[in-house]
Amino acid sequence: MTLTERSANVAVWVIAAATVIFLLTPLVVAVVVSFGSSNLFTLPPPGWSMRWYQRLMNVRGLSSSLLVSVQIAAVATLVSMLIGGMAATALARGRFAGREAIAAFLTSPLMLPGLVLGIAFLQAFRFAGLRDVWLSLALAHVVITIPYIARTLYSALTLFDFSLIDAARTLGCSAPQAVTRVLIPNLAPAFLTSGIFAFLASMDNYAVSIFFTNAWTKTLPIQMLNLVEEQPDPTIAAISSLLIGLVLLLLLLCERMVGLRKIAEM
Amino acid sequence: MTTKLRFDPVLLLALPAAIYMVIVFAIPVVVLVARGFMDAGGFTLSNYVNFLSEPFNWVVIGNTLRVAFWTTVVCLILGYPTAVALARSKGAVQVAMLIAIILPLSVGVVVKTFAWQIVLRRDGIVAALLVATGVWDEPKLLLFTEHGLVMGAANVFLPFMILPIYSVLKLADPNLQDAAATLGAPPLFRFFNVALPLAMPGIVGGVSIVFSLATSMYVIPSLLIGDRFQTLSTLTGRAFLLMRNEALGATTATILLFLAVAIVACSALLSRGKGDSR
Repeated sequence: MTLTERSANVAVWVIAAATVIFLLTPLVVAVVVSFGSSNLFTLPPPGWSMRWYQRLMNVRGLSSSLLVSVQIAAVATLVSMLIGGMAATALARGRFAGREAIAAFLTSPLMLPGLVLGIAFLQAFRFAGLRDVWLSLALAHVVITIPYIARTLYSALTLFDFSLIDAARTLGCSAPQAVTRVLIPNLAPAFLTSGIFAFLASMDNYAVSIFFTNAWTKTLPIQMLNLVEEQPDPTIAAISSLLIGLVLLLLLLCERMVGLRKIAEM
Repeated sequence: MTTKLRFDPVLLLALPAAIYMVIVFAIPVVVLVARGFMDAGGFTLSNYVNFLSEPFNWVVIGNTLRVAFWTTVVCLILGYPTAVALARSKGAVQVAMLIAIILPLSVGVVVKTFAWQIVLRRDGIVAALLVATGVWDEPKLLLFTEHGLVMGAANVFLPFMILPIYSVLKLADPNLQDAAATLGAPPLFRFFNVALPLAMPGIVGGVSIVFSLATSMYVIPSLLIGDRFQTLSTLTGRAFLLMRNEALGATTATILLFLAVAIVACSALLSRGKGDSR
């Protein structure tokens, strides 16, 4: 190896290590602050305490907004999985012109600025006379979650070798058995990961939700945004740490079931 | 008779999603854009002419594009080497790197931006680091500055640069580099003529995603720089949520939409051009 190559190699690993530290910085900061005793976000904290976690229960509107977010994310993900899964099957199995165009259409909300989607929904729902916050959020969040489901399931179904089902039939499986024993185990990882990422996208969304929440019904990101703007204290760090823990658990589940490398390459 | 296309019943499965997306998503977006070009008298450009004749709004457009540009540059400088390292790494190191990239991606943007408010303070980590390394003589406030904003935004969007480049590098044949070396190509020549062209589709993808996300970010600028600094997105949000000026908000939203579509179109053209030349 020449000197140029060796120094280039060293530079690659140094930058990669710095990037990893940079990426993890906000998460580590949130966790450390949440266990600190100071309410001034001093780093490192002067002492340790659990009081911000104890305060979580008393922050007004926090648990109700968490409930709203989980409900909306769950409903949106389930609806998207149903209609998105059906669409992905049609696109992967059907032989018709414009398949790619339909697939691109179903994933296109990902490419558009979130606020633009939010405003379009706001004006359309108002025009339709839809006033219910919960229903508005659910309808809008299906549009947010469908791209994740459609994209992942479509690519998984395209890669799936459907002749395996014929092979199972030849070997004596009934048609439903072939589906439950061959198709579903093969596609379970794709369903799981697309579901998790759709759920997280909905839980995390603020750009659309911000137009539909009112004083009574808020999603978690909007409630947190209000708290950060009005009375920032380490309680927000405590919620953040719990969310980070939850996401870490879900990712470890993905790693066990599918392997993160596959997810990264999707 | 035989020329008639046979109807494939499996197509029907795509109908519910397609109909839902047309009614709830496509029509509202088209109506939003169309309304920006209409008034009582029919077609008009007056909304855009009025918006663009205001010097302040050019400052807003400039802010949006400048911050998005620098965010993309920082992401590319950090993201490309990281993607290379990720593609070369194996086993536990690779899993650790993947977690470090996918975990922040999956954690909400409000959480990360809130943490950056703490990191960018006068007594925050970045200021301490810059003083310790001698770049700064004394700690300064990074919060509410453009540098702080770019740093926070680059942090949030970095995974969107690393992952597309990584997935392209993963597919590239590692022997090509060795072949070029065997044939006597010097390192820099190999980088510009072998490594970089191979990674180009991933770079184009990553750059367009990051630039597009950075032009339309809302929470990051409103928490890290505040109201003095307006971008197209923060102006759109303010117009609807605070000023109740929906005409202005719809105009800025449509400009954002055109920017996003232009970015997608450019990157599609660029990657198609690359595909043809091969």
